[in-house]
Amino acid sequence: MADAARDYDATQIGFAGGLSRGKLALIFVAIAAILTLSRYAGFMPDALFRVPESMVPPFAIWLDAIFNFVKDDLGLLTLTRTLTGGLEWVLDATGNLLYGKRRWPNLGPIPWTSIAAAAAVLGYYLGGWRMSLLAGGTFVWTALIGQWDIAMETMSVLVVAAPLAFVIGLTLGILAWRKPWVNRTIKPILSVLQTLPFFTYLLPAVIFFKVGPTAGAVATTIYAIPPMILMTTLGLQKVSPEVVEAGEMSGCTRWQLLRHVYIPSARSEILVGVNQVIMLCLAMVVLTAFIGMPGLGAKLLAMMGSFKLGRSFEIGVTIVLLAVTLDRMSKAWAVKQPEHFEKGTPWWKRHIMLLLGLGLFVFFIIVSQFIEVASTIGRRQNFSQGKEMDELIKGFLNIEVVKATTGFLRAFLNVQVLIPFRNFMLSIPTPAFILLVVAFALWLGGRKQAIIAAIFFSLVALSGWWDRSVITLYSVISAVTLAMLIGLPLGIWAARTERWSNRILLVCDTAQTFPSFVYLIPAIMLFGITDIAVIFSILIFAMVPLTRYTIEGLRSVPEEMTEAADMSGATRMQKLWNVQLPLALPTMAVGFNQAIMFAFFMVIIAAFIGTQDLGQELQRTLAGTDLGKNFVLGICVSLMALTFDLTIIKWASDQKAALGLED
Amino acid sequence: MSAAPVISCKNVWKIFGADPEGYLKRMPAGHSYDAIRADGYIAGVKDVSIEVNKGEMLVVMGLSGSGKSTLVRCFSRLHDITGGTIEVAGQDIMQLSEKELIELRRNKMGMVFQSFGLLPHRTVLDNVAFPLEMRGQEKHARRARALEVIKLVGLEGREDYFPRELSGGQQQRVGIARSLAIEPDIWFLDEPFSALDPLIRREMQDEFMRLQQLLNKTIVFITHDFDEALRLADRIAIMKDGAVEQCDTPDQIVLHPATEYVRKFTEEIDKARVVHAGVLATADTKGEGEPVDAGATVKEMASLLVHDTRDVIPVARNGVVIGGLNRQDGLTILLEAG
Repeated sequence: MADAARDYDATQIGFAGGLSRGKLALIFVAIAAILTLSRYAGFMPDALFRVPESMVPPFAIWLDAIFNFVKDDLGLLTLTRTLTGGLEWVLDATGNLLYGKRRWPNLGPIPWTSIAAAAAVLGYYLGGWRMSLLAGGTFVWTALIGQWDIAMETMSVLVVAAPLAFVIGLTLGILAWRKPWVNRTIKPILSVLQTLPFFTYLLPAVIFFKVGPTAGAVATTIYAIPPMILMTTLGLQKVSPEVVEAGEMSGCTRWQLLRHVYIPSARSEILVGVNQVIMLCLAMVVLTAFIGMPGLGAKLLAMMGSFKLGRSFEIGVTIVLLAVTLDRMSKAWAVKQPEHFEKGTPWWKRHIMLLLGLGLFVFFIIVSQFIEVASTIGRRQNFSQGKEMDELIKGFLNIEVVKATTGFLRAFLNVQVLIPFRNFMLSIPTPAFILLVVAFALWLGGRKQAIIAAIFFSLVALSGWWDRSVITLYSVISAVTLAMLIGLPLGIWAARTERWSNRILLVCDTAQTFPSFVYLIPAIMLFGITDIAVIFSILIFAMVPLTRYTIEGLRSVPEEMTEAADMSGATRMQKLWNVQLPLALPTMAVGFNQAIMFAFFMVIIAAFIGTQDLGQELQRTLAGTDLGKNFVLGICVSLMALTFDLTIIKWASDQKAALGLED
Repeated sequence: MSAAPVISCKNVWKIFGADPEGYLKRMPAGHSYDAIRADGYIAGVKDVSIEVNKGEMLVVMGLSGSGKSTLVRCFSRLHDITGGTIEVAGQDIMQLSEKELIELRRNKMGMVFQSFGLLPHRTVLDNVAFPLEMRGQEKHARRARALEVIKLVGLEGREDYFPRELSGGQQQRVGIARSLAIEPDIWFLDEPFSALDPLIRREMQDEFMRLQQLLNKTIVFITHDFDEALRLADRIAIMKDGAVEQCDTPDQIVLHPATEYVRKFTEEIDKARVVHAGVLATADTKGEGEPVDAGATVKEMASLLVHDTRDVIPVARNGVVIGGLNRQDGLTILLEAG
């Protein structure tokens, strides 16, 4: 708050100085336009249009040198390979238990019926019958559809990576809360980590840890740590000072205070962190398919690659079901409060759920000794309808109307809108482009944001990957623009009634738990392997936060204000434009920001479909050991995303402060 | 009362800001609250000297932001003071090591908080036993002791409830029980009844007085409610802007307010309910006839004051006449009450 106030003063002073931020931004835009036009007219030399090859510093080579030094000379590789041993042992054990990998303890695989029953009981304990049905049903579906083994391969990594990420995140979170200097060091690293494309997580994992489940687990763990740190710090800061003082007056030592007062009091936030860890782990573990980790992701990748849409769809459903189950269960755990038992309740009654779960678990293990089907469902016994669905989907796509629609969209958008837009963006000279971005950051954020934008985009220009970066940006901008055209009206419409708000919010909530990978399925189904499919998958992915924050922003407008508008005789439209939207805008901006971040994330995944952007190059590096190039590309994406992130968030919090809304 | 005071603080300062110690050193003497504030510092406690005697109940009273909560947190060293000295049971608490401080809190101090400060994940029993657990008491012993205090505050049968399942009044009973579990000598209560609704508050005050009669602790009680202060206090310290405006018995405060601020505070008070016969009695005249008890308030003597014909009424404490009460003085106070 204090910061905002100070910056506000600064802009006031800027005003007095003569040039307002808006005017300065306009001047930048004008210069950019002149530069672009001069290029069109042929006045601009090539050296100014793009940074010439000869001037591009060999970042990749430098980075490689640093990596090699750390890796070999400092002995990091030896260290990580040692760690690999321990991790591999744990992964082997979970692998054995879940899908019968031939390793210690050689007990598995646990029959699917046992796991489904235990999940159902846990679901009942956490959230009643519906949760029980969801949890049990998910596992029954997975088994019956014939995906048990691959699902368990995925789960075997998840059950290791998620606890690991939890412990590391919690520890770092506590440190960051305790020691301000840790917090100061960690914060910028976290924001870079959160914008870094996931391919950049994957390659170092492969190099430093062994290919396969180990690298997958490491990448997944690292990917899931940041939100845990943030939630832990947040939760600890929010513990009521009186509770802390009560602990101090009870004579707690520092450790007792942390262990008995702080952490239990921050339980809710920490469990929300756990929920995010689980969801991010699932999203990432699916993506580790790109480095050859077997499981649901790998199968999905293979099926989509060979255009088997029916099977892809079934795997997608499994992933979505798993995601929803894990999400709902961990959220239910976060809000679950302890209940007391009446005096004299016997021990078995106090732990009835635990006993029931264990009982069923053991019961099904015994049953499966005698009945084969209860243990594993064989190849010919499952109910997969892959082929039939394939034909169904292809049949649907071949219906004249559908074909005409998708065909038209494809042709129209591509030829009339997207390609021209892309070519236009590519035709802007690099300096002009940077000026435009700076103008944007200056106008929305302020001087500091403008300087950051200038530095970040100049770095991108110097990286030598300018064209691909611009194409990445083009995909992001066009997809987010299209998502806004659909998402904003949808949100505004839904926000009009309580009922529809809740329904759409539920849809958004659910959709947000889906691992990003599954968004590719409908895109490929409808548009095949084309540019449009890329845009489409980003579009639906980015639409979720846009719609969601629009609804939330509009719903959170204080009631007095809408009532005041009503009493002033405003029509619905007047009320919307003059009261609701201005007040909802800061919240909507947060959604817009998230949409852009999501888009940057998705555009990299979509490289799988075949694009010409950074993602494509990144994916290529995975095949080799080109760590330097991989990092340069990853940082390019990160720098662009961070520029938007910093600018928009600054604007949103400024607006909130100016409007006197609570942050 | 001849024994050394349990808490004794001399020229205590608590300043919040960037560099409180340095600021206090270079600050000119007699700097006002607003002047300090203009320098970017907040004087939470401003040059306070006060003593609390054994078995006494001192009520610290003031509006919100007057520094009363800060002062009591200095007594228990939840805040480190910026200047001055605080002695608790003869020890300078600023000289204590972390370990000694923890020992002091584990054995000598109890505190009750405005919003209860209960641990949400622990049952009533575990909350009450918490201080005992922290000092490493054996499980059965602490359970027995916790049950004892739970019974004392009237929560028997709710031992297994979680705080969330209790009403506000019940939650504060848990807070009180927890603060009493270690059998403290000094009992701090920070606006313990402010978060409760008026009916419950009254009930809890009665309950509190019952407990105090039973336990006879040394108490520092904080409130912003003057009626509550008058009901409970042996002495009242009225605070404003971090400084103590006046510290005296309720009778003296309503009869002789030291400053304009205190006078405004006492204006609305029905003095007849506060002033006791013992305070009005003068030793030089004894009067004649049936004496009144020194502990009776003017209000309680109303009918006597109006109907009696004597000019001076004898006042007796424990059966011994200690002086005479001028009937006219009593009537003045009685009639003044608007």
